[in-house]
Amino acid sequence: MKKILTSTLAIVTVLAAFTSCNNSGNANGKSGALSSNVAEKVYVAPGEHDSHYAFISGGYSGNLTVYGLPSGRMFKEIPVFSQFATSGYGYSEETKPMLNTSHGFIPWGDSHHPDISQTKGEIDGRFIFINENNTPRIAKIDLKTFETTEIIEVPNSAGNHSSSFVTENTEYVVAGTRFSVPIPQRDMPIKDYKGNFQGALSFISVAPETGNMDIKFQVLMPGFNYDLSHPGRGKSHGWFFFTTYNTEEASTLLEVNASQNDKDFIAAVNWKKIEEYVNNGGGKMMPADYAHNVYDEHTHTATSTMKKEVRVVNPTDVPGAVYFLPTPKSPHGCDVDPSGEYIVGNGKLSANLTVHSFTKMLAAIENKKFDGEAYGIPILKFEDVLAGSVEQPGLGPLHTEFDGQGNAYTTFFISSEVVKWKLGTWEVIDRKPTYYSVGHLTIPGGNSGKPQGKYMFAMNKITKDRYLPTGPEMEHSAQLYDISGEKMELLLDFPTHGEPHYAAAMRADLIKERSQKIYNLEDNEHPYAAFNDADTKVVRKGNEVHIYMTTIRSHFSPDNIEGIKVGDKVYFHVTNLEQDFDVPHGFAVLGQNTSELLIMPGQTKTSIWEPTKVGVWPFYCTDFCSALHQEMQGYIRVSAANSSTPMKWSMGEDIE
Amino acid sequence: MRKSLKFLTLIVAATILSCGGNDKKEEPGYGKKTPAKTEKKTPASKRIELTNKGVGSIKSITLAAEIDQDMATHGKEVYDKMCTACHKVDKKFIGPAPTGILKRRSPEWVMNMILNPEGMVKEDPLAKDLLMEFNGAPMANQGLSEEDARAVLEYFRTLK
Repeated sequence: MKKILTSTLAIVTVLAAFTSCNNSGNANGKSGALSSNVAEKVYVAPGEHDSHYAFISGGYSGNLTVYGLPSGRMFKEIPVFSQFATSGYGYSEETKPMLNTSHGFIPWGDSHHPDISQTKGEIDGRFIFINENNTPRIAKIDLKTFETTEIIEVPNSAGNHSSSFVTENTEYVVAGTRFSVPIPQRDMPIKDYKGNFQGALSFISVAPETGNMDIKFQVLMPGFNYDLSHPGRGKSHGWFFFTTYNTEEASTLLEVNASQNDKDFIAAVNWKKIEEYVNNGGGKMMPADYAHNVYDEHTHTATSTMKKEVRVVNPTDVPGAVYFLPTPKSPHGCDVDPSGEYIVGNGKLSANLTVHSFTKMLAAIENKKFDGEAYGIPILKFEDVLAGSVEQPGLGPLHTEFDGQGNAYTTFFISSEVVKWKLGTWEVIDRKPTYYSVGHLTIPGGNSGKPQGKYMFAMNKITKDRYLPTGPEMEHSAQLYDISGEKMELLLDFPTHGEPHYAAAMRADLIKERSQKIYNLEDNEHPYAAFNDADTKVVRKGNEVHIYMTTIRSHFSPDNIEGIKVGDKVYFHVTNLEQDFDVPHGFAVLGQNTSELLIMPGQTKTSIWEPTKVGVWPFYCTDFCSALHQEMQGYIRVSAANSSTPMKWSMGEDIE
Repeated sequence: MRKSLKFLTLIVAATILSCGGNDKKEEPGYGKKTPAKTEKKTPASKRIELTNKGVGSIKSITLAAEIDQDMATHGKEVYDKMCTACHKVDKKFIGPAPTGILKRRSPEWVMNMILNPEGMVKEDPLAKDLLMEFNGAPMANQGLSEEDARAVLEYFRTLK
């Protein structure tokens, strides 16, 4: 009886399974040939490479993540503004200075807008810049090593949001302030904001050969919120455009008080003109405190220098340097098309997309057709600069990117969609839903004169039900679209790490060819490096103990150390002697109050250990390095503070 | 890549281990000093294979009658910097000692071992046996140029 029941149940189950299969196949056409075609478009076979890199901001993770397109596979998290225990970034002695600021050491940051360096208006793949929003800073990542090599703090700025966008020859990386503040900072009533606070737009020069950053000048603007920005290019090269909101200059309940004016502005800044003014001694140096942190790839060490002054420029002192373009309703994105003619201002609260014409702007300036001024800065007439508007394309427009084929793609936060429209005719060509609440979107080669087309991806703020649930908190979602045809096609959802605020992307070839595999030991100038057994040693200076240590598959030298005392400050300076691609070694010691180190071939890194207990404590390699990785270990003996245990070290023989 | 290398090493190690089941194993002396090892078969490091050129880009090396002292001096510099973490000049360490190596190995084999350790361990039977003899510690590829590897070879000629 039981058997019959079981087999009946089995048959029913099998039938049900078949039936349901057929049903779902017919019902919505999601499975079968159609979906497999889409799958092929994002399938990158094992061992093959993606065609594009995508560098997606980690937002509140403070870092930058590296993805492949079209697969959506994540390759690396590059630590930038946040400590990263995985590699020891911000924990090792060499990298702690990278996170130094005028407010002291800051272990976290909010990274927003990555932008890749350019030459002659084209993406060149040398560096990628990214801004920190909270404690204003700009970082530079070298795309040879995919490491953060420079961070400069931006004084007089607050909410470093309209950043970090580069001009067409990477003359400048530009950082605008979202929050206006008293400049210089001082103790004053908040209610006296209006007319007293100012907004700094910082032009940070980038040295052509080395990429070294330096704040060339800051333009001190009226106390609006400078939200986003983009450089002019081609015909508008030499100008920079910033959206503003809160031209009401409210300091409280901005969601109401900053939405009163019918129009805010796009500020058009002629930086070439200001640069010339500054080169002729214009502007003035004002006292300021800001950190400039530089990582030296020869010493494998960062140094932090505190700068004491910055050059500021009053825009009204430079005639013809700044104009305001009225733009409806708290514009957010400020995007310039590849030709440099069109400046798109996405009014968050506006029904229409506003597009300004650079040519018309120049004509209006030429004819001095002004509609008043704000704090001495001429306001142009809306009708005189308007190229056209896209009528009611969606709700809550945020950002626009271009495909280089005369089309623009705008994200709509409230209606959760991407809308494709045509430059010049302003007609809507296509719209595709996103899931859900899209923020930025990226087309490879965006913010350049030559977008690389083919793909577009949208970065969404809400993810619910797209992936297997992981409790209340989950990763955000990015969605990849094929834009090679007239209509956009959704290809793939992929999770992102942190908040995928914005991304820069480009064809893989340039970067891939230059990607460094190891650090040459020959070039290692770390003051505590050890290159062979003769260099390995333990040196006591008072209660500081410096251990010069080497690693190679699969041992540490020295691996037996005695003579350490409770209360000592022990520096492990570990040099990885490997010169082969992808053979890092790790280092960790029991009870250490910091992260592990991951030391790349040819590199030296330092970890501090302050033992509090007497004993014999093991240390070991944390990165599986060879078949004998489990043998890669050592012991360090800690004696009482008043003991007289002699200092000794060895490897390969008993310590006597 | 790293993973596959590791796995490969493991697989090679496992294969050789399972094949060489005839060796009698010493009872390990737990809690005592490690006893001296007694070896019965001729270990790979003592074998003489002067005609084996190994696997790699080096096909033929002609050694001049006289040692080129300048080249040997440069070779010593390279060796001290890149090799001493695992190779002591005249005693077995992580890897074998180079003293007298040219009495046992061809110049080509030595250079191929320096320049192509991954390929050698996979395809050269002697290199495979050496890997086992030296506890599975793989020879690291230190990225030497052919010129530097040749100089190291010249330095080895001075180690008799």
